[in-house]
Amino acid sequence: MFRYYLKLGMLSIRANPVLSTLMIAAIAVGIGACMTIVTVRHVMSGNPMEHKNDQLYHVQVDNWNPDDPYEDPDKPPEQLTYMDAKALHDAGRAFRQTTSFKTARVVQPEGDDARPFQQESRATTADFFPMFDVPFQYGSGWDRSSDVTEERVVVLARELNEKLFGGEDSVGRTLTLNDESYRVTGVIDTWTPVPKVYDLNNNPYEEPEQLYLPFSVAVAGGFDNTGNTSCWKPIEEGSGRDGFLASECIWIQMWVELQNATAKQDYLNFLDAYVEEQKLIGRFPRPMNNRLHNPAEWMEDREVVEEDVDVLLGLAVLFLVVCLLNTIGLLLAKAMRRAKDTSLRRALGASKAELFKQHVFEAGMIGVVGGVLGIGTTWAGLRGIENLYIEYEFVQHLVRMDWSMVLLAIVLAIVSALAAALYPTWRTCNITPASHLRLQ
Amino acid sequence: MEFGPVWRAMMRNKGGYFLIAVQIAVTMAVMVNAFAIMQERSFKMGRPSGLDEANTFALVSVGFKPEMDSKALISEDLDLLRNTPGVINAVATNSYPLRQGGWSEGLHREPGVGKSVSSSAIYFVDEHGLETFGLNLIDGRNFSPEQVSWDKDSPDPWPATVIITQALGEDLYPDHEGSYVGKTFWFDDDNPANIVGVVERLQAPWPSWTGVERSMLVPLRRESNDVRYVVRTEPGYRDQLMLQVEESLANSSKDRIIRQVATVDEARKLAYLGDAAMIKILTFVISLLTAITGLGIVGLASFSVARRTRQIGIRRALGATRPAIVRYFMLENFLVSSIGIVSGAVLAVGLNMFMVQAFSLTPLAWYVVPVAMIILWIVGQVAVAGPARKASGISPAIATRSI
Repeated sequence: MFRYYLKLGMLSIRANPVLSTLMIAAIAVGIGACMTIVTVRHVMSGNPMEHKNDQLYHVQVDNWNPDDPYEDPDKPPEQLTYMDAKALHDAGRAFRQTTSFKTARVVQPEGDDARPFQQESRATTADFFPMFDVPFQYGSGWDRSSDVTEERVVVLARELNEKLFGGEDSVGRTLTLNDESYRVTGVIDTWTPVPKVYDLNNNPYEEPEQLYLPFSVAVAGGFDNTGNTSCWKPIEEGSGRDGFLASECIWIQMWVELQNATAKQDYLNFLDAYVEEQKLIGRFPRPMNNRLHNPAEWMEDREVVEEDVDVLLGLAVLFLVVCLLNTIGLLLAKAMRRAKDTSLRRALGASKAELFKQHVFEAGMIGVVGGVLGIGTTWAGLRGIENLYIEYEFVQHLVRMDWSMVLLAIVLAIVSALAAALYPTWRTCNITPASHLRLQ
Repeated sequence: MEFGPVWRAMMRNKGGYFLIAVQIAVTMAVMVNAFAIMQERSFKMGRPSGLDEANTFALVSVGFKPEMDSKALISEDLDLLRNTPGVINAVATNSYPLRQGGWSEGLHREPGVGKSVSSSAIYFVDEHGLETFGLNLIDGRNFSPEQVSWDKDSPDPWPATVIITQALGEDLYPDHEGSYVGKTFWFDDDNPANIVGVVERLQAPWPSWTGVERSMLVPLRRESNDVRYVVRTEPGYRDQLMLQVEESLANSSKDRIIRQVATVDEARKLAYLGDAAMIKILTFVISLLTAITGLGIVGLASFSVARRTRQIGIRRALGATRPAIVRYFMLENFLVSSIGIVSGAVLAVGLNMFMVQAFSLTPLAWYVVPVAMIILWIVGQVAVAGPARKASGISPAIATRSI
């Protein structure tokens, strides 16, 4: 039966080449438009820390202005002050904890002709690497003791290691940053979390930093924060760098790793106790508002998916609807044109169910072909997006199709084609036997 | 003409016509709203920044020796820049419009740190800032050299004089009429600022910020190893001077690197990359959608002609002229299109109301819907013209033939 339907389907597609081509093209284009945006959205809203989503938590406490919440409705600031980051980190109440900020260093390669260059860097603590499962090509992160002793150690990303050391195992080698010597402890393998979950405050869609060094070294050296700094209370006049560190300005991101729900509750209690204690010395004028967000919640809270993508997704779905309406109309036309055949088949004994199966099978064939071509149009659509954003290098990470998207494209095409075939098929099945033979 | 027969014939085969009408309606809804978004984006991209954009570039000097006399280096650099032939003026600043990164402050009408009444982008400049940026001073005067002070990275205390944009004045003093010069506001409880000048326009560095027209010039030179220079040149000298200046600054000191050398045009392109891409994507979507709907009309009309070959032959045999046959199909399409277009207009306005709510889009301009209606009517008539002409070519003799 299967082969018979296949044969009938092929015959029917060949009998109306223009109509069939139009239908297949409409499905392919509709799927392409839809899947291009779905793919981009899928990548943008991905959770690179999904496997640890119930263990990692972003820490927030509310040290903001008593008269004016940081963000409506009554949200705490998204970063911490130095005082709080230091106190919470050093308390060590979580299984792992890390504080970090974005900075920049000037790398001075060895050799006389090598020109110094500036490198985006991250000042962080030892726990950062195991917490975010950073893969290492050589060596590892630094020890917790280096954080305490302010040891000048550094972790490089693969690309920077290739540039500086020709891709060799550079563990133990020395690197000069702003005229100071650092010891390399590890080289990170290819690692591009999308979005950059550990720091969503600036641009969530950019490459991770290429250089990592201890938070304590960066603070002691007065390294600039190149991410966002926000203040509500003026820094004490004439107090300089120390005044800034003792101020209510927020500029540090903190994450903790908590292994189970009890640990999470304990940590929340600890935060409450900490804020209560600070209130006694006149800080934290707002009501208690501590938050621990897991990566998925934090991405949701920071609204990492651009609004434009949602607008385009809506339009793309409507686009697919138009393509399907088009297909339904064309299928209907085709079915009506074949009314005579159908009528004859019914007269010769084909049951309604047989006819139904035959037509649905045919629609399915169109769906499969449309879906396969749809993968091609999606690919073309993604290349189009890539081209439009060519100046924004990171776009290459956002326009990648994975297997789940390929599968979804085909499934969507087949479902669309079958849905489109329902009404025309129903009309066909209701043709009475021999009714169309009378004319002759 | 023959509305009645056309309508009754359509009613005998509702399904196909209904599909085309719905298709036209959805096409219309997408078209109108996509156009509304495009219009909004192109308005956003068209706003001037206030700078002399075509003749301005910027670069950053990063000193990397821990102990550096950055004050001396900045003074030397500025002398060098200002004395370069072809350079109109140059200034050391923290940012410039379209750069997408900068400094903002909450402002208060009374001393205090409570809820701020307005906020503004801050540009730290000296008395050369006004000319370098190419701003139009509409009230008051420029900073005098004595009003410009040196400080570390952040102002401590804040300079007592500022130049604001007209838009910032309007936001700070909504009920005030007349000049803003001489008025005072506070950064916090003990840092007042006196307005000495007002410029017509100077955008904040963030083009998507709702307060993008609110900014101020603050007379301060910052002593820092990282310093950004903005350079304005005589028309036509920008590209050549950009290379030359980068070279001479790089050579003047080995203890720093020069980076982020970029024209304001390049900054503009980057700042509006997403908006430009959105306009292109939507243009593509609208064209493709109209083409698909047009093809759908052609397909269905051809089918309908083929199915009615005999009837057309009979009509021709009974005396209908060729134009009458063409008119029949054109009218049929006009009726279907009209149903689709009118429901499409309702759908489009509804979708727009939703988008205004959900994505804070500006509401539709009055003419968008009528224009879209006319376009879709024309598309329908053009699409049906081919099959209709084919139909009119059917010979009356067909009627006499039995199939």
